[in-house]
Amino acid sequence: MDDGLRSHVLELLSKGVRLDGRKPLDYRQPIKVETGLYSTACASAKVSIGDTEVVVGIKFEVGTPYPDNPDQGTIIVGAELVPMSNPEFELGPPSIDAIELARVVDRGIRESKAIDFKKLCITKGEKVWMVAIDIIPFNDAGNLFDAAALAALAALKTAKLPSYADGTIDYKSSRKEKLVLNHEPISVTVLKIGNSFVVDPLIEEQKVLDARLTVASLKDGTLCALQKGGDSPLGSEEILQMVDIALDKAKELRGAL
Amino acid sequence: MTKLLVNEKDVVVPGELLVEGMDYLPGFGTYREGDNIYSGRLGLVTLDGRTIKLLKLSGRYSPKRNDTIICKVVDVNFSGWRLETNSPYSAMLSMKDATSEFIARGADLTQYYKIGDNIICKITNVTSQKLIDVTMKGPGLRKLMGGRIVPINTNKVPRVIGKQGSMVSMIKQATNARIMVGQNGLVWIQGDIPAMELLAVRTIQKIEDEAHVSGLTDRIKEFLEKETGTTLGGTSNVVQETN
Amino acid sequence: MSYKKRIDNRSFDEMRKIEAKVGVIKRADGSASFKIGNTWAYAAVYGPRNLYPKFLQNPEKGILRCNYNMLPFSSSSDRVRPGGSRRSKEISMVTEKALSPVLNLDDFPNAVVDVFIELPQTEAGSRCAGICAASMALADAGLDMKDLVCAVSVGRVDDKLAVDLDYSEEAYEDGPVADIPVAMLPNLGKISLLQMDGLVKKEQLQEVLDKAKKACAEIYKIQKQALKEKYRVV
Repeated sequence: MDDGLRSHVLELLSKGVRLDGRKPLDYRQPIKVETGLYSTACASAKVSIGDTEVVVGIKFEVGTPYPDNPDQGTIIVGAELVPMSNPEFELGPPSIDAIELARVVDRGIRESKAIDFKKLCITKGEKVWMVAIDIIPFNDAGNLFDAAALAALAALKTAKLPSYADGTIDYKSSRKEKLVLNHEPISVTVLKIGNSFVVDPLIEEQKVLDARLTVASLKDGTLCALQKGGDSPLGSEEILQMVDIALDKAKELRGAL
Repeated sequence: MTKLLVNEKDVVVPGELLVEGMDYLPGFGTYREGDNIYSGRLGLVTLDGRTIKLLKLSGRYSPKRNDTIICKVVDVNFSGWRLETNSPYSAMLSMKDATSEFIARGADLTQYYKIGDNIICKITNVTSQKLIDVTMKGPGLRKLMGGRIVPINTNKVPRVIGKQGSMVSMIKQATNARIMVGQNGLVWIQGDIPAMELLAVRTIQKIEDEAHVSGLTDRIKEFLEKETGTTLGGTSNVVQETN
Repeated sequence: MSYKKRIDNRSFDEMRKIEAKVGVIKRADGSASFKIGNTWAYAAVYGPRNLYPKFLQNPEKGILRCNYNMLPFSSSSDRVRPGGSRRSKEISMVTEKALSPVLNLDDFPNAVVDVFIELPQTEAGSRCAGICAASMALADAGLDMKDLVCAVSVGRVDDKLAVDLDYSEEAYEDGPVADIPVAMLPNLGKISLLQMDGLVKKEQLQEVLDKAKKACAEIYKIQKQALKEKYRVV
């Protein structure tokens, strides 16, 4: 860990401010959400929070259902940390960070029961829709978790099922049928650095964190997914405080959609 | 008939035809092909008598002898320290150049500089393979404690420093921050008040953005006066310093 | 059969609409996006920088390393599995050969200039779009470059030669088709990429190269404009 950077970040936090002048619980502005950018995707969204830009593209595929859920479709979330977005990303198979990002976004959507998987059934026991959600950062200036989750949700909200006949998917002509979302989970990541909690971390803050907690929640405040990261353990008091912060900030992100 | 096809301060791109004819000399960033002079990079046209050359607008730092640079210690071995220089090449600081004190053989070198420390040093030699030697012996060269390191466009360093240090002195005066500018495009800033430290950072970014617009010094002075609500002394009062 | 009118009504020498922008990825040393019709390429340059593993280092000069990658949702048909393919590796290699002739990396022994090309949308002509974006990104990164590099696909559709084939022309079934991507150094007049699949008579090749040259001159104007737009001294 970069001790000089950490002590400077802590010094600023003790005075209530961060490296870019923000208050600890402020998100960078503006938070921008654009949808429908890429015509080849079934649905797409680009979220920018400050300088961080993340794109999510959705492709519908047809596959066989899992044997224990013969009448349910599914989602597959992938994340590719492309080297163009961050000089420290390397080419090669998905790193553990890419895997964690994909799985955390997946849990937020899956566990919230946002999608009614039964509506994705084509022929019970034989064919179901699989929603492939691919996360690609375009510029990593920190906080990929929240930007990716927001982009995934924004893309899902605009997704329309393609038509499927005689074993082939016709991507060009989409049915008018929208993918129905029953819930809209929002992810907020809270960091603990020293004795302070911050949200929407910069790259530098991610490098000196003690711990982080990503909280996915629904509009009514129900928690649907949690992920703790970082090397330091957290007390239960702290966890509850971080959850409270996440629930509060989720409103702002929800408003950006 | 020689024809100059561009004007001073024009932005030109690689391969752009600059001069038709033999009456001009191809300076830095340009090249002659046949009877014509072409641009050899993205740059700003500068005319120096009969020589046409380009000012670099972007591009990473290339280490040069006698440059004062800000580095980070990345490794300590038995004879010295290896440093990151914000370029593709690392630098070596050997024991004998580290300090004016005498360092005994086998001494614990981390007492002097340890991994992660930021230092300001001077390049004494660059080999053809870009092996860099630096020294800490010299006025103003030292370990940088506290503060933050801000990367800037290497090519804007002269504008951030200003003529005889006038620009950086003006920022120091307005914000009361301690500032050191490395030729390698790294700037060390330490302020007592976070808001002032941040103002120094923002001012430097503003200089980067507006480096080639005329009247920069006056605009920056106006900006600092507005942000701090104070009036700054004239630049003629500034004590001559290189950094 | 005769290919009388192009499927999208363009004239035979007309390229699809082009949108070029420089400086689109803030963290990169240089970056650009190049969109032609529905094919959209992003390019980011990092370097010159440290090169690992060491055995790749060249003690005489820096090396250029290119990677072409299609994003999973970039195809108008099925999802593209991440991780590249033999095709994308070959395209990465010819892209590097298309760009390296204009660069001078003598001042950077043992270092690397990395070019990452990502395509969120591909509908024919993707390797050419990638090269056009990469060339602007390299200039944006402040590298010594003798010229920019422009690339376009000239095609043969039935009895006609057409500039910048689109997806439906590549898939034309009523007659022979050839797809010929060409990359040029527009001011030096040299060709740095030439590939072909399909059928073409030797006599037509000169005309193909002439059409490519004309199209590349237009592309150069657009690339120049995009670079000047970012660096405009206000």
